[in-house]
Amino acid sequence: MTEPRRAPENPTMEMTSNKEVLRRIEYTGDMLLNMGPQHPSTHGVINFLVQTDGEVMKRAIPEVGYLHRSIEKIGEKCTYNGFMPYTDRVDYIAAMFANQGWAMAVERLLGVEVPKRAEYCRVIACELNRIASHLISVGTMAMDVGAVTPFPYALREREFINDLLEELCGARLTYNYLRIGGVAFDLPEGYADKVITFVDHFEKILVEFNRLITNNEIFVQRLAGLAPIPREMAIDYCLVGPNLRASGVPFDVRKDLPYSIYPELQFEVPVGRGEMGALGDAWDRFSLRVEEMKQSCRILRQCIAQIPRGETMGKVPRKIKFTEGLEAYSRIESARGDMQYYVVAGGGENAYRVKVRTGSFTAMGIIDQLSRGLMIADLVALIASLDVVAPEIDR
Amino acid sequence: MTPEEIQQSLAAKFGDAVGPLQPANKDPWVEVKPAAVREVCAFLKADPQLHFDCLMNLSAVDWPKQNQIHVVYHLFSYAKKHAFILKVKLDRASPTVPSLEPVWKSADWLEREQFDLLGVTFEGHPDLRRIMLPDDWVGNPLRKDYAEQPEYHQISTTRESPLDGFIRLDEMKKRAAATAAEAAASKTDAKAAAATATGAETPAAEKKELPQ
Repeated sequence: MTEPRRAPENPTMEMTSNKEVLRRIEYTGDMLLNMGPQHPSTHGVINFLVQTDGEVMKRAIPEVGYLHRSIEKIGEKCTYNGFMPYTDRVDYIAAMFANQGWAMAVERLLGVEVPKRAEYCRVIACELNRIASHLISVGTMAMDVGAVTPFPYALREREFINDLLEELCGARLTYNYLRIGGVAFDLPEGYADKVITFVDHFEKILVEFNRLITNNEIFVQRLAGLAPIPREMAIDYCLVGPNLRASGVPFDVRKDLPYSIYPELQFEVPVGRGEMGALGDAWDRFSLRVEEMKQSCRILRQCIAQIPRGETMGKVPRKIKFTEGLEAYSRIESARGDMQYYVVAGGGENAYRVKVRTGSFTAMGIIDQLSRGLMIADLVALIASLDVVAPEIDR
Repeated sequence: MTPEEIQQSLAAKFGDAVGPLQPANKDPWVEVKPAAVREVCAFLKADPQLHFDCLMNLSAVDWPKQNQIHVVYHLFSYAKKHAFILKVKLDRASPTVPSLEPVWKSADWLEREQFDLLGVTFEGHPDLRRIMLPDDWVGNPLRKDYAEQPEYHQISTTRESPLDGFIRLDEMKKRAAATAAEAAASKTDAKAAAATATGAETPAAEKKELPQ
């Protein structure tokens, strides 16, 4: 006989618990709707406690943590090089950026120089990954608001990038391509031509994609003016990346706090202008990602043209060790915005504390405020437009 | 503004509550007394010269050796494009610091995360509850002395290693080589024994022993 299941005897929690949040809603007599954790439009395992009066939401409270894998704790347990594959899992849609953030943080601690060719390899891989990530974002957003056709179109293009990245590093999703001090593999033979062929093809597809969905009358009417985020609010809630730029803040880490070889490259930072509705509405966030893909293509062309010959790994000691208490901070522009690693070195070969600050985490914090007064169907569009990825929120 | 100038303007305004600029290896930081942190941050945000409009990152680090928990604030100004780091050192037994939620809204979730994982209490936070872990989870995982409970709601938190019973390939080869060498050695022994023994006696002895 097994013992019957019961609650633990002393749940010693003095603060307000999730149950109390639920109870608070129930007392008011509104309807409580649980959206998630398994819901196709939440882009992963997220739960929304939606308090509604008919179709209109009074509040949507995000409950996260279903995908918490304590990656920060793992970072304290393994070596600096050993943590690299785990960073892939921080954001599996744009894993290359998580690699780069970690590599840059440890390189700052070490003070090593990364060879020029390795930096170009990194940027080529990252920009390919950015296009792939944005394709998922715009594709799923279109699908979430009801347009099913664009999604397979976007995924078809992403498949080409997956093939390219597979050729580069052997993996299609969790790349583990970057190393501290360089990259794992040099570009394979004939890779430049393949990338250029893809970019030539993709730039035409983008025009078609804009005709199909971005400027589609029905799609614009669905999203224009939906959940606009004013400039001050976006900064106050620490939105980053495309979400911030859609609200009219022309800030891009690649431009404003340049790292890697980005100062040598020519590209523009697209900013939301509120063409179709209000500034920083869902349509702005959508079209900005499409614009960014164009800029990524530009960067790719320049990288392929300028890439020098040389080494792909810097001079990195075999065992990486620091004195205890050294700390470094790295900021990179991920597909989901400003991704930051804060690393405190331990005495031995492990880090003492790793903190990953991701764009999706702060983007989730704004949903409670933004959802007030929206329709339930618009919540789906709002989540999709913020481009949150569940593993990146929970880590 | 450079970190030196920012520190000077803070020291001029708050005096002892703000420490000197620490020449850390990479990013210089300044220690702030826990009681003054909200006023300092409100000043940093409101002052037109400093204009820190965004709290970028908030992390806490557990230091059992010094019996302290450090809360680290990474501030950034989109208007002035400069960054600054504040540190607050708290007692490890009861780490309590005023919440910055009234100053920057992004502090809401960032503080909840540190409360959950390190057990730092942020006073005046409107909704301080666990964010990553379940409500009835015991302990704060990112503390250095954290010991995981053996089970959670009768679900074991540990499992047998799936690699038990497997051995590494090189280990396997080594073992195979060792047994082969042993067998060869015993064979030569047996041959030697057979050569020395008188022909018919050994098989007869074996037959006798078998029924037992």
